[in-house]
Amino acid sequence: MLAKRIIPCLDIKDGRVVKGVKFVGLKDAGDPVEVAKAYDAQKADELTFLDITASFEKRKTLCGLVERIASNIFTPFTVGGGVADIDDIRDLLNAGAEKVSVNTQAVKFPQLLSDAVKKFGSQCIVLAIDAKKCSLGWEVYINGGRTPTGIDALEWAKKGAGLGAGEILLTSMDFDGTKDGYDLDLTDAVSKAVNIPVVASGGAGKLEDFYNCFAKTKADAALAASIFHYGEYSVGEVKEYLREKGILIRL
Amino acid sequence: MVALIDYGMGNIHSVKKALEICGGKVLVTNNPEDVLAAEKIVLPGVGAFDDAMRELEKQGLALVIKNAVKNNKPFLGICLGMQLLFEKSEEAKAKKGLGILKGVVKKIPKGDFKVPHMGWNQIKINKEDNCPLLDGIIDGAYVYFCHSYYPVPHEIKVIAATTEHGINFTSIVHKKSVYGAQFHPEKSQGVGLKIIDNFLKVC
Repeated sequence: MLAKRIIPCLDIKDGRVVKGVKFVGLKDAGDPVEVAKAYDAQKADELTFLDITASFEKRKTLCGLVERIASNIFTPFTVGGGVADIDDIRDLLNAGAEKVSVNTQAVKFPQLLSDAVKKFGSQCIVLAIDAKKCSLGWEVYINGGRTPTGIDALEWAKKGAGLGAGEILLTSMDFDGTKDGYDLDLTDAVSKAVNIPVVASGGAGKLEDFYNCFAKTKADAALAASIFHYGEYSVGEVKEYLREKGILIRL
Repeated sequence: MVALIDYGMGNIHSVKKALEICGGKVLVTNNPEDVLAAEKIVLPGVGAFDDAMRELEKQGLALVIKNAVKNNKPFLGICLGMQLLFEKSEEAKAKKGLGILKGVVKKIPKGDFKVPHMGWNQIKINKEDNCPLLDGIIDGAYVYFCHSYYPVPHEIKVIAATTEHGINFTSIVHKKSVYGAQFHPEKSQGVGLKIIDNFLKVC
Protein backbone atom coordinates (compact mmCIF):
# COMPACT_ATOMS: atom_id res chain seq x y z
CA MET A 1 0.00 0.00 0.00
CA LEU A 2 1.05 3.53 -0.80
CA ALA A 3 2.62 5.31 2.18
CA LYS A 4 1.73 8.86 3.21
CA ARG A 5 4.50 11.30 2.35
CA ILE A 6 6.31 13.86 4.51
CA ILE A 7 7.80 16.68 2.46
CA PRO A 8 10.12 19.41 3.74
CA CYS A 9 9.83 22.61 1.71
CA LEU A 10 12.60 25.10 1.04
CA ASP A 11 12.13 28.65 -0.19
CA ILE A 12 14.93 29.65 -2.53
CA LYS A 13 16.04 33.14 -3.52
CA ASP A 14 19.00 33.81 -5.82
CA GLY A 15 20.12 30.22 -5.35
CA ARG A 16 20.14 30.39 -1.56
CA VAL A 17 17.77 29.09 1.13
CA VAL A 18 15.58 31.88 2.48
CA LYS A 19 15.13 31.91 6.25
CA GLY A 20 18.13 29.81 7.15
CA VAL A 21 17.87 26.28 8.29
CA LYS A 22 18.87 26.08 11.92
CA PHE A 23 19.42 22.42 12.71
CA VAL A 24 22.96 21.53 13.57
CA GLY A 25 25.58 19.78 11.52
CA LEU A 26 25.43 21.79 8.32
CA LYS A 27 28.50 23.55 6.99
CA ASP A 28 26.43 26.03 5.01
CA ALA A 29 22.78 26.14 6.01
CA GLY A 30 22.07 28.57 3.19
CA ASP A 31 23.13 26.14 0.49
CA PRO A 32 20.07 24.29 -0.84
CA VAL A 33 22.22 21.29 -1.77
CA GLU A 34 23.56 20.92 1.79
CA VAL A 35 20.07 21.18 3.21
CA ALA A 36 18.66 18.75 0.63
CA LYS A 37 21.33 16.21 1.58
CA ALA A 38 20.46 16.57 5.25
CA TYR A 39 16.75 15.95 4.58
CA ASP A 40 17.65 13.08 2.28
CA ALA A 41 19.60 11.52 5.17
CA GLN A 42 16.51 11.99 7.39
CA LYS A 43 14.56 9.94 4.85
CA ALA A 44 12.26 12.70 3.69
CA ASP A 45 9.88 11.16 1.17
CA GLU A 46 10.24 14.06 -1.24
CA LEU A 47 11.47 17.64 -1.18
CA THR A 48 9.89 20.78 -2.57
CA PHE A 49 11.81 23.88 -3.64
CA LEU A 50 9.91 27.09 -4.22
CA ASP A 51 11.90 29.77 -6.00
CA ILE A 52 10.91 33.29 -5.05
CA THR A 53 13.56 35.00 -7.19
CA ALA A 54 11.97 37.76 -9.17
CA SER A 55 14.32 38.63 -12.01
CA PHE A 56 14.61 36.66 -15.20
CA GLU A 57 18.43 36.48 -15.28
CA LYS A 58 18.65 35.10 -11.81
CA ARG A 59 16.05 32.48 -12.61
CA LYS A 60 18.52 31.02 -15.07
CA THR A 61 20.67 30.06 -12.11
CA LEU A 62 17.78 27.99 -10.79
CA CYS A 63 18.36 25.28 -13.39
CA GLY A 64 22.00 25.06 -12.39
CA LEU A 65 20.93 24.65 -8.79
CA VAL A 66 18.37 21.99 -9.70
CA GLU A 67 21.11 20.08 -11.48
CA ARG A 68 23.35 20.26 -8.43
CA ILE A 69 20.53 19.04 -6.20
CA ALA A 70 19.73 16.16 -8.55
CA SER A 71 23.40 15.15 -8.53
CA ASN A 72 23.49 14.92 -4.79
CA ILE A 73 20.28 13.28 -3.65
CA PHE A 74 18.37 10.20 -4.73
CA THR A 75 15.05 11.52 -3.50
CA PRO A 76 12.34 12.89 -5.77
CA PHE A 77 11.81 16.62 -5.65
CA THR A 78 9.42 19.25 -6.98
CA VAL A 79 10.45 22.70 -8.13
CA GLY A 80 8.08 25.64 -8.44
CA GLY A 81 7.77 29.39 -8.18
CA GLY A 82 7.37 31.73 -11.12
CA VAL A 83 7.05 28.97 -13.71
CA ALA A 84 5.79 30.85 -16.76
CA ASP A 85 5.65 28.55 -19.74
CA ILE A 86 6.39 25.17 -21.31
CA ASP A 87 10.07 26.08 -21.74
CA ASP A 88 10.46 26.74 -18.01
CA ILE A 89 8.89 23.37 -17.26
CA ARG A 90 11.07 21.57 -19.77
CA ASP A 91 14.26 23.22 -18.46
CA LEU A 92 13.50 22.28 -14.86
CA LEU A 93 12.59 18.68 -15.73
CA ASN A 94 15.70 18.33 -17.86
CA ALA A 95 17.79 19.70 -15.01
CA GLY A 96 16.58 16.81 -12.85
CA ALA A 97 13.39 17.87 -11.07
CA GLU A 98 10.91 15.01 -10.74
CA LYS A 99 7.96 17.39 -10.84
CA VAL A 100 7.32 21.04 -11.60
CA SER A 101 4.60 23.04 -9.90
CA VAL A 102 2.63 25.76 -11.63
CA ASN A 103 0.49 28.32 -9.84
CA THR A 104 -0.26 31.85 -11.12
CA GLN A 105 0.35 31.08 -14.76
CA ALA A 106 -2.00 28.09 -14.69
CA VAL A 107 -4.80 30.33 -13.41
CA LYS A 108 -4.13 32.88 -16.14
CA PHE A 109 -3.63 30.32 -18.91
CA PRO A 110 -5.17 26.97 -17.92
CA GLN A 111 -4.06 25.58 -21.26
CA LEU A 112 -0.50 25.59 -19.91
CA LEU A 113 -1.54 22.64 -17.76
CA SER A 114 -2.96 20.59 -20.61
CA ASP A 115 -0.06 21.46 -22.92
CA ALA A 116 2.49 20.48 -20.27
CA VAL A 117 0.67 17.25 -19.49
CA LYS A 118 0.55 16.33 -23.16
CA LYS A 119 4.27 16.94 -23.51
CA PHE A 120 5.66 15.58 -20.27
CA GLY A 121 2.91 13.45 -18.71
CA SER A 122 0.57 14.04 -15.76
CA GLN A 123 2.98 12.55 -13.27
CA CYS A 124 5.36 15.51 -13.38
CA ILE A 125 2.91 18.42 -13.46
CA VAL A 126 1.78 19.76 -10.08
CA LEU A 127 -0.93 22.39 -9.72
CA ALA A 128 -0.11 24.64 -6.76
CA ILE A 129 -3.16 26.37 -5.26
CA ASP A 130 -3.04 29.12 -2.63
CA ALA A 131 -6.47 29.29 -1.04
CA LYS A 132 -8.08 31.61 1.49
CA LYS A 133 -11.39 31.27 3.31
CA CYS A 134 -14.20 33.44 2.02
CA SER A 135 -17.90 33.59 2.75
CA LEU A 136 -18.81 30.92 0.24
CA GLY A 137 -15.84 28.58 0.65
CA TRP A 138 -12.25 29.17 -0.35
CA GLU A 139 -10.92 31.61 -2.92
CA VAL A 140 -7.84 31.10 -5.10
CA TYR A 141 -5.09 33.74 -4.80
CA ILE A 142 -2.21 34.25 -7.22
CA ASN A 143 1.03 36.22 -7.42
CA GLY A 144 2.38 34.76 -4.21
CA GLY A 145 -0.92 35.26 -2.38
CA ARG A 146 -1.22 38.95 -3.24
CA THR A 147 -4.00 38.86 -5.81
CA PRO A 148 -7.49 37.42 -5.25
CA THR A 149 -9.01 35.84 -8.34
CA GLY A 150 -12.66 35.29 -7.45
CA ILE A 151 -12.16 31.63 -8.39
CA ASP A 152 -13.47 28.92 -6.08
CA ALA A 153 -10.64 26.67 -4.91
CA LEU A 154 -12.66 23.44 -5.16
CA GLU A 155 -13.78 24.24 -8.69
CA TRP A 156 -10.24 25.16 -9.70
CA ALA A 157 -8.85 21.95 -8.20
CA LYS A 158 -11.38 19.90 -10.17
CA LYS A 159 -10.68 21.81 -13.34
CA GLY A 160 -6.92 21.43 -12.89
CA ALA A 161 -7.27 17.69 -12.37
CA GLY A 162 -9.46 17.55 -15.45
CA LEU A 163 -6.76 19.30 -17.47
CA GLY A 164 -4.39 16.54 -16.42
CA ALA A 165 -2.43 17.89 -13.45
CA GLY A 166 -0.94 14.90 -11.61
CA GLU A 167 -0.99 16.38 -8.13
CA ILE A 168 -2.27 19.36 -6.18
CA LEU A 169 -0.08 21.28 -3.77
CA LEU A 170 -2.67 22.96 -1.58
CA THR A 171 -1.60 25.83 0.66
CA SER A 172 -3.97 27.36 3.16
CA MET A 173 -3.19 31.06 3.35
CA ASP A 174 -5.19 31.32 6.57
CA PHE A 175 -3.15 28.66 8.35
CA ASP A 176 0.27 29.19 6.75
CA GLY A 177 2.76 30.42 9.33
CA THR A 178 0.35 30.00 12.27
CA LYS A 179 1.69 26.64 13.48
CA ASP A 180 -1.91 25.85 14.46
CA GLY A 181 -2.13 22.79 12.26
CA TYR A 182 -3.26 22.21 8.69
CA ASP A 183 -6.55 23.57 7.42
CA LEU A 184 -8.40 20.28 7.76
CA ASP A 185 -11.66 21.51 6.24
CA LEU A 186 -9.98 22.85 3.12
CA THR A 187 -7.68 19.83 2.76
CA ASP A 188 -10.53 17.40 3.24
CA ALA A 189 -12.77 19.19 0.76
CA VAL A 190 -10.13 19.36 -1.97
CA SER A 191 -8.78 15.85 -1.45
CA LYS A 192 -12.33 14.48 -1.72
CA ALA A 193 -13.12 16.58 -4.78
CA VAL A 194 -10.32 15.20 -6.96
CA ASN A 195 -8.90 11.77 -7.73
CA ILE A 196 -5.27 12.93 -7.93
CA PRO A 197 -2.89 13.12 -4.95
CA VAL A 198 -3.17 16.19 -2.72
CA VAL A 199 -0.30 17.64 -0.70
CA ALA A 200 -1.45 19.63 2.33
CA SER A 201 0.58 22.72 3.14
CA GLY A 202 0.53 25.47 5.72
CA GLY A 203 0.27 25.38 9.49
CA ALA A 204 2.30 22.40 10.71
CA GLY A 205 3.63 23.18 14.18
CA LYS A 206 3.24 20.03 16.25
CA LEU A 207 3.41 16.28 15.75
CA GLU A 208 -0.38 15.96 16.11
CA ASP A 209 -0.86 18.33 13.19
CA PHE A 210 0.58 15.72 10.85
CA TYR A 211 -1.54 13.01 12.41
CA ASN A 212 -4.73 15.05 12.06
CA CYS A 213 -3.90 15.83 8.47
CA PHE A 214 -3.78 12.14 7.57
CA ALA A 215 -6.39 10.83 9.99
CA LYS A 216 -9.04 13.46 9.26
CA THR A 217 -8.54 14.20 5.55
CA LYS A 218 -7.73 12.22 2.44
CA ALA A 219 -4.44 14.08 1.91
CA ASP A 220 -1.67 11.96 0.45
CA ALA A 221 1.22 14.05 1.71
CA ALA A 222 2.00 16.77 4.22
CA LEU A 223 4.43 19.55 3.46
CA ALA A 224 6.15 21.60 6.15
CA ALA A 225 8.97 24.09 6.44
CA SER A 226 9.84 25.77 9.72
CA ILE A 227 9.09 22.78 11.96
CA PHE A 228 11.92 20.97 10.17
CA HIS A 229 14.20 23.90 9.42
CA TYR A 230 14.42 25.03 13.03
CA GLY A 231 15.12 21.50 14.18
CA GLU A 232 12.01 21.24 16.35
CA TYR A 233 11.50 17.80 14.90
CA SER A 234 13.45 15.80 12.38
CA VAL A 235 11.61 14.20 9.49
CA GLY A 236 12.41 10.85 11.07
CA GLU A 237 10.79 11.84 14.37
CA VAL A 238 7.60 12.91 12.64
CA LYS A 239 7.50 9.68 10.65
CA GLU A 240 8.11 7.44 13.64
CA TYR A 241 5.37 9.23 15.57
CA LEU A 242 2.93 8.75 12.70
CA ARG A 243 3.83 5.09 12.30
CA GLU A 244 3.17 4.53 16.03
CA LYS A 245 -0.20 6.21 15.64
CA GLY A 246 -1.11 3.78 12.89
CA ILE A 247 -0.56 5.93 9.81
CA LEU A 248 0.99 4.08 6.88
CA ILE A 249 4.49 5.54 6.66
CA ARG A 250 7.79 4.47 5.15
CA LEU A 251 10.52 4.49 7.79
CA MET B 1 30.62 0.29 -20.07
CA VAL B 2 26.90 0.92 -19.58
CA ALA B 3 24.99 2.61 -22.38
CA LEU B 4 22.39 4.94 -20.87
CA ILE B 5 20.04 5.69 -23.73
CA ASP B 6 19.13 9.36 -24.06
CA TYR B 7 16.38 9.51 -26.67
CA GLY B 8 14.78 12.75 -25.58
CA MET B 9 12.27 11.28 -23.15
CA GLY B 10 12.79 13.07 -19.87
CA ASN B 11 15.84 13.70 -17.77
CA ILE B 12 18.50 11.04 -17.43
CA HIS B 13 20.56 13.00 -14.96
CA SER B 14 19.54 11.07 -11.85
CA VAL B 15 19.87 7.68 -13.51
CA LYS B 16 23.37 8.56 -14.68
CA LYS B 17 24.36 9.76 -11.25
CA ALA B 18 22.98 6.64 -9.58
CA LEU B 19 24.84 4.34 -11.99
CA GLU B 20 28.07 6.26 -11.40
CA ILE B 21 27.78 6.24 -7.63
CA CYS B 22 27.46 2.45 -7.85
CA GLY B 23 30.73 2.33 -9.79
CA GLY B 24 29.32 2.11 -13.30
CA LYS B 25 31.17 3.60 -16.26
CA VAL B 26 28.34 5.34 -18.08
CA LEU B 27 28.03 6.51 -21.65
CA VAL B 28 25.00 8.69 -22.28
CA THR B 29 24.15 8.07 -25.90
CA ASN B 30 21.57 7.77 -28.64
CA ASN B 31 24.05 6.24 -31.07
CA PRO B 32 23.09 2.66 -32.03
CA GLU B 33 26.76 1.72 -32.39
CA ASP B 34 27.48 2.74 -28.81
CA VAL B 35 24.56 0.67 -27.62
CA LEU B 36 25.82 -2.27 -29.66
CA ALA B 37 29.28 -1.97 -28.10
CA ALA B 38 28.07 -1.55 -24.50
CA GLU B 39 28.19 -4.37 -21.95
CA LYS B 40 24.89 -3.33 -20.43
CA ILE B 41 21.99 -1.14 -21.48
CA VAL B 42 19.74 1.12 -19.43
CA LEU B 43 16.58 2.58 -20.98
CA PRO B 44 14.95 5.23 -18.78
CA GLY B 45 12.06 7.42 -19.86
CA VAL B 46 9.04 9.41 -18.82
CA GLY B 47 6.37 10.77 -21.11
CA ALA B 48 4.15 9.32 -23.77
CA PHE B 49 4.49 5.77 -25.13
CA ASP B 50 3.89 6.78 -28.77
CA ASP B 51 6.52 9.54 -28.68
CA ALA B 52 9.04 7.24 -27.04
CA MET B 53 8.61 4.45 -29.62
CA ARG B 54 8.75 6.96 -32.44
CA GLU B 55 12.09 8.24 -31.12
CA LEU B 56 13.52 4.75 -30.61
CA GLU B 57 12.63 3.81 -34.17
CA LYS B 58 13.71 7.09 -35.74
CA GLN B 59 17.09 6.96 -34.04
CA GLY B 60 17.64 3.33 -35.02
CA LEU B 61 17.62 2.19 -31.41
CA ALA B 62 14.62 -0.15 -31.39
CA LEU B 63 16.31 -2.77 -33.56
CA VAL B 64 19.61 -2.51 -31.69
CA ILE B 65 17.86 -3.05 -28.37
CA LYS B 66 15.96 -6.07 -29.69
CA ASN B 67 19.16 -7.62 -31.03
CA ALA B 68 21.12 -6.92 -27.86
CA VAL B 69 18.46 -8.59 -25.77
CA LYS B 70 18.43 -11.57 -28.13
CA ASN B 71 22.15 -11.91 -27.44
CA ASN B 72 21.49 -11.88 -23.69
CA LYS B 73 23.01 -8.48 -23.04
CA PRO B 74 21.81 -7.24 -19.63
CA PHE B 75 19.09 -4.62 -20.11
CA LEU B 76 17.29 -2.50 -17.52
CA GLY B 77 14.15 -0.56 -18.42
CA ILE B 78 12.92 2.05 -15.96
CA CYS B 79 9.30 3.29 -15.83
CA LEU B 80 8.32 4.05 -19.44
CA GLY B 81 11.55 2.30 -20.46
CA MET B 82 10.11 -0.85 -18.91
CA GLN B 83 6.66 -0.42 -20.44
CA LEU B 84 8.22 -0.17 -23.91
CA LEU B 85 9.37 -3.78 -23.55
CA PHE B 86 5.78 -4.93 -24.01
CA GLU B 87 3.75 -5.40 -27.18
CA LYS B 88 1.39 -2.46 -26.84
CA SER B 89 -0.08 0.14 -24.49
CA GLU B 90 -3.56 1.51 -23.88
CA GLU B 91 -1.88 4.90 -23.87
CA ALA B 92 -0.56 4.50 -27.42
CA LYS B 93 -2.71 5.33 -30.39
CA ALA B 94 -0.22 4.69 -33.17
CA LYS B 95 2.76 2.70 -32.02
CA LYS B 96 3.42 -0.84 -30.94
CA GLY B 97 6.01 -1.52 -28.27
CA LEU B 98 9.30 -3.36 -28.64
CA GLY B 99 7.51 -6.66 -28.05
CA ILE B 100 10.44 -8.15 -26.16
CA LEU B 101 8.01 -9.30 -23.47
CA LYS B 102 4.54 -10.61 -24.19
CA GLY B 103 1.79 -8.49 -22.70
CA VAL B 104 0.21 -5.05 -22.65
CA VAL B 105 0.38 -1.81 -20.69
CA LYS B 106 -2.88 -0.64 -19.11
CA LYS B 107 -4.18 2.45 -17.36
CA ILE B 108 -4.65 2.23 -13.60
CA PRO B 109 -8.45 2.06 -13.19
CA LYS B 110 -10.30 4.96 -11.56
CA GLY B 111 -11.69 4.17 -8.15
CA ASP B 112 -10.92 4.92 -4.54
CA PHE B 113 -7.23 4.95 -5.28
CA LYS B 114 -5.59 8.06 -6.61
CA VAL B 115 -4.08 8.22 -10.07
CA PRO B 116 -1.21 8.90 -10.78
CA HIS B 117 0.13 6.33 -8.33
CA MET B 118 2.65 8.63 -6.74
CA GLY B 119 4.92 8.05 -3.79
CA TRP B 120 6.57 5.26 -1.84
CA ASN B 121 5.03 1.82 -2.05
CA GLN B 122 6.16 -1.70 -1.22
CA ILE B 123 7.30 -4.45 -3.52
CA LYS B 124 6.23 -8.04 -2.87
CA ILE B 125 9.00 -10.21 -4.19
CA ASN B 126 8.21 -13.36 -6.18
CA LYS B 127 10.69 -15.68 -4.50
CA GLU B 128 10.40 -18.32 -7.21
CA ASP B 129 11.92 -15.93 -9.70
CA ASN B 130 15.02 -15.38 -7.60
CA CYS B 131 15.68 -12.16 -9.50
CA PRO B 132 19.34 -11.07 -9.23
CA LEU B 133 18.20 -7.44 -9.38
CA LEU B 134 16.64 -7.98 -5.95
CA ASP B 135 19.67 -9.52 -4.32
CA GLY B 136 19.74 -8.35 -0.69
CA ILE B 137 16.44 -6.45 -1.00
CA ILE B 138 13.90 -7.40 1.64
CA ASP B 139 10.34 -8.37 0.80
CA GLY B 140 8.15 -5.32 1.42
CA ALA B 141 10.89 -2.77 0.72
CA TYR B 142 9.64 0.71 -0.22
CA VAL B 143 10.47 2.23 -3.61
CA TYR B 144 9.31 5.41 -5.37
CA PHE B 145 6.54 5.24 -7.97
CA CYS B 146 5.21 7.95 -10.26
CA HIS B 147 2.96 6.58 -13.03
CA SER B 148 -0.57 6.17 -14.38
CA TYR B 149 -0.02 3.03 -16.47
CA TYR B 150 1.15 -0.43 -15.45
CA PRO B 151 2.32 -3.55 -17.30
CA VAL B 152 0.32 -6.75 -17.60
CA PRO B 153 2.71 -9.51 -18.66
CA HIS B 154 1.13 -12.50 -20.38
CA GLU B 155 3.78 -14.84 -19.07
CA ILE B 156 3.37 -15.17 -15.31
CA LYS B 157 6.95 -16.30 -14.94
CA VAL B 158 8.42 -12.91 -15.87
CA ILE B 159 6.85 -11.31 -12.77
CA ALA B 160 9.66 -10.71 -10.29
CA ALA B 161 7.72 -8.44 -7.92
CA THR B 162 4.26 -6.95 -7.50
CA THR B 163 2.80 -3.89 -5.79
CA GLU B 164 -0.67 -2.98 -4.44
CA HIS B 165 -2.47 0.19 -5.39
CA GLY B 166 -6.14 -0.62 -5.69
CA ILE B 167 -5.02 -3.36 -8.03
CA ASN B 168 -2.12 -5.76 -7.63
CA PHE B 169 0.24 -4.95 -10.50
CA THR B 170 3.63 -6.07 -11.74
CA SER B 171 6.33 -3.71 -10.50
CA ILE B 172 9.42 -5.66 -11.60
CA VAL B 173 9.82 -7.92 -14.62
CA HIS B 174 12.66 -10.30 -15.30
CA LYS B 175 13.27 -12.63 -18.21
CA LYS B 176 16.79 -13.91 -18.82
CA SER B 177 18.95 -10.79 -19.18
CA VAL B 178 15.99 -8.41 -19.41
CA TYR B 179 14.97 -6.46 -16.32
CA GLY B 180 12.38 -3.76 -15.88
CA ALA B 181 11.15 -1.64 -12.97
CA GLN B 182 7.92 0.34 -12.97
CA PHE B 183 9.27 2.48 -10.12
CA HIS B 184 12.31 4.76 -10.12
CA PRO B 185 15.32 3.07 -8.51
CA GLU B 186 17.30 6.28 -9.09
CA LYS B 187 14.84 8.11 -6.83
CA SER B 188 14.44 5.38 -4.23
CA GLN B 189 17.28 6.26 -1.86
CA GLY B 190 19.23 3.29 -0.43
CA VAL B 191 16.93 0.53 -1.72
CA GLY B 192 17.04 1.98 -5.23
CA LEU B 193 20.80 2.32 -5.27
CA LYS B 194 21.13 -1.31 -4.15
CA ILE B 195 18.96 -2.37 -7.09
CA ILE B 196 21.13 -0.37 -9.48
CA ASP B 197 24.26 -1.78 -7.86
CA ASN B 198 22.85 -5.28 -8.39
CA PHE B 199 22.20 -4.55 -12.05
CA LEU B 200 25.81 -3.49 -12.48
CA LYS B 201 27.37 -6.32 -10.49
CA VAL B 202 25.23 -9.44 -10.57
CA CYS B 203 22.87 -9.15 -13.52
